[in-house]
Amino acid sequence: MVTENDIWEYLEEVSDPEIPVLTVVDLGVIRTVSLKDDLCSIVITPTYSGCPAMKVIEEDIISLLNSKGISNVKVDLTLFPAWSTDWISENGRKKLLEYGIAPPENEIDKSVLFAEPTIVPCPLCKSRNTKMISQFGSTACKAHYQCNDCLEPYDYFKCLK
Amino acid sequence: MEKNTDLFEYVLRMGDDSLILGHRISEWCGHGPILEEDIALTNMSLDLIGQATNLLEYAGELEGKGRDGDALAFLRYDREYKNLLLVEQTNGDFGKTIMRQFFFDAYRKLLFERLIKSTDIQLSAIADKSLKETKYHLKHTSEWVIRLGDGTEESHNRIQESLDALWKYTAELFFANEVDSKLLAAGIIPSMEGLQEDWNEIVSSVLEEATLTIPTNNWKQEGGRIGRHTEHLGLLLAEMQYMQRAYPNMKW
Repeated sequence: MVTENDIWEYLEEVSDPEIPVLTVVDLGVIRTVSLKDDLCSIVITPTYSGCPAMKVIEEDIISLLNSKGISNVKVDLTLFPAWSTDWISENGRKKLLEYGIAPPENEIDKSVLFAEPTIVPCPLCKSRNTKMISQFGSTACKAHYQCNDCLEPYDYFKCLK
Repeated sequence: MEKNTDLFEYVLRMGDDSLILGHRISEWCGHGPILEEDIALTNMSLDLIGQATNLLEYAGELEGKGRDGDALAFLRYDREYKNLLLVEQTNGDFGKTIMRQFFFDAYRKLLFERLIKSTDIQLSAIADKSLKETKYHLKHTSEWVIRLGDGTEESHNRIQESLDALWKYTAELFFANEVDSKLLAAGIIPSMEGLQEDWNEIVSSVLEEATLTIPTNNWKQEGGRIGRHTEHLGLLLAEMQYMQRAYPNMKW
């Protein structure tokens, strides 16, 4: 008999299509999992309004669970409450760093015009002597930084809350 | 039912603003002045198109006639769009795109901050989500307005021209009619009191720092909110809707 805990474990096998080092559970986009009779209902929430990965995530969840013998799967999308980078798991933050993406610093970039942006340590050499190249990076959720010491260009998973 | 008709109209306006501006700035894809700005503009476009999807899907539900977000986005005629005249204006040079976006971002930030307090849960959720994105947009465009205005003589003169050209469309940001007053009276949307004053404050402080001058000519042009558009919208729609019109119901 499959339990909700089993489903959560299975979902650890579904990775984020844009940042494959993270699972959808690490990312915090799985809001609820419920089993009723033979129907498995999963509610997901997008990171950004226009996140193009949501459709792929939905399809990946369905095909993964189908492959585990759960044929009746429903995936719904909710916008409430709004996703926040606080929902990325500790494990997820660790994996991001090892992958070379700086995890969100625990502060939103509140800086006013031209003020110093958030200090984001280099994921490669750990130096704090880094600079923001652009607030907008390779995907909606990332900004672009560079290390002034080792010169590594890297993505920063920007804080959203 | 009355509530849904008014709320439909209200949500549609916001959805159309996001859709049309999102499409406009997507025209920069591959044409940005530098790579980082190309990426920034397309990121902002993606946020806006995402917001448009959320808003237009919800508008379709409120309308209850079986139209989904795609049907609303791709299968209406120009007079049925309720977006601001500001957002349909052509991109012009980078400075004009930034100035248009700055006016809009400042308005949207203030609007979403208020709409989080809406008693309509879905509207409040969309506002909450979109606000987080809009704050990044506003910071970005404010910085560019200052950089270009207080930059070289060439950049200053050009962005001042864009400011002069776009200023007449900014009064419409504060358009309100019986739809707004009914939703307010029904307690669905909160009061928008102070929105215009707050917008003026943001805009005038940034423009001042940018050494730019607000036009003294007070001629204002409105019409988008009631479906009367400038000639630019039709051309934009012709391109945006081409695929669905030429091949109805085709799927990507």
